[in-house]
Amino acid sequence: MDSISLIGMASVITAGLTIGIGAIGPALGEGRSVAQALSSMAQQPDEANRITRTLFVGLAMIESTAIYAFVVSMILLFANPFWDHVVSKAGG
Amino acid sequence: MGFIEFIELAIGFELSALVRRRKNRMDLMDMKDISPDQVIFWQWGPVSINATITFTWLVMALMVIGSWLITRRLSADVRLSRWQNLLEVVVDGIRKEIREISQQEPDAYLYFVGTLFLFILISNILSIIPGYVAPTSSLSTTAGLAVCVFAAVPVYGILRRGLRGYLRQYIKPTPFMLPFNIIGELSRTLALAVRLFGNMMSGTKIVAILLAITPLIFPIVMHALGLLTGVIQAYIFAVLAMVYIASATRIQEQKKDNQEEEKGEDS
Repeated sequence: MDSISLIGMASVITAGLTIGIGAIGPALGEGRSVAQALSSMAQQPDEANRITRTLFVGLAMIESTAIYAFVVSMILLFANPFWDHVVSKAGG
Repeated sequence: MGFIEFIELAIGFELSALVRRRKNRMDLMDMKDISPDQVIFWQWGPVSINATITFTWLVMALMVIGSWLITRRLSADVRLSRWQNLLEVVVDGIRKEIREISQQEPDAYLYFVGTLFLFILISNILSIIPGYVAPTSSLSTTAGLAVCVFAAVPVYGILRRGLRGYLRQYIKPTPFMLPFNIIGELSRTLALAVRLFGNMMSGTKIVAILLAITPLIFPIVMHALGLLTGVIQAYIFAVLAMVYIASATRIQEQKKDNQEEEKGEDS
């Protein structure tokens, strides 16, 4: 197998694995934090505003882990430096 | 090959090229581009104007001219224009948020944090206009904003607590924590940049991918979700900037409060 198809295959498979595995942890974390926020809002409806605001900030911080995985997989798919290098070498 | 077939083939090629060109003009960004930096409008030698620069200046011009037009005729009367009312609500809301987060008077931080928030908010919300690409979906813009926060933290810290007081917080629990504090400062800047970039880029990318798969309803839903994400990300960027600045400026006052409490208890 030549290096172009090897690098292409590795990039595609790794991109899928990256976003697939990388989404597990943030999903669990977001589920836990939303459940906790809902139960505390049910206990203290007066504090709902503050809890919601903190929840949104926390969710965005948790979600950024998944976003990092997404960025890496997008780089692997669309802006892969190894792929560009091999293609430019093969072309020129 | 017959002549008619050849003509048909040529027309087909021409049509497909036309469609492709038209699609590029409509979308501005190809599916393969992950950053509006790659869309170049105008080039002259080494100088090039790409989509990021264009739309950043567009947003800045919109904000400056808009607020100049509104604040040109301010009234302290009970009767005020609706635009002045809008600006007062926005500025007052930002001041209230800053006061709540930093537990300090918001005037010193209003300009920096409020400008960050409004710039990111407007550049994210304007992505509802077709043909516009949010400048925040380019890593260069978000890195620039994050570097601004990175520089603003020591400036505010030194202004508020003096050079020694600011530098002392790096060896706060023990001097062994010095490298970790410095790494933390750098990594949170990186996280700030990549978080905003990733969220905005994923919004546009998901819409582009869905347009290719299910072009009927789903892209609209995801676009609405992208707008919500844009607003939340603008809020979060500003809140995190405020939290970082507040953590660099606050510690001394807490210590003073504690000392006063101890004194009060002693006497």
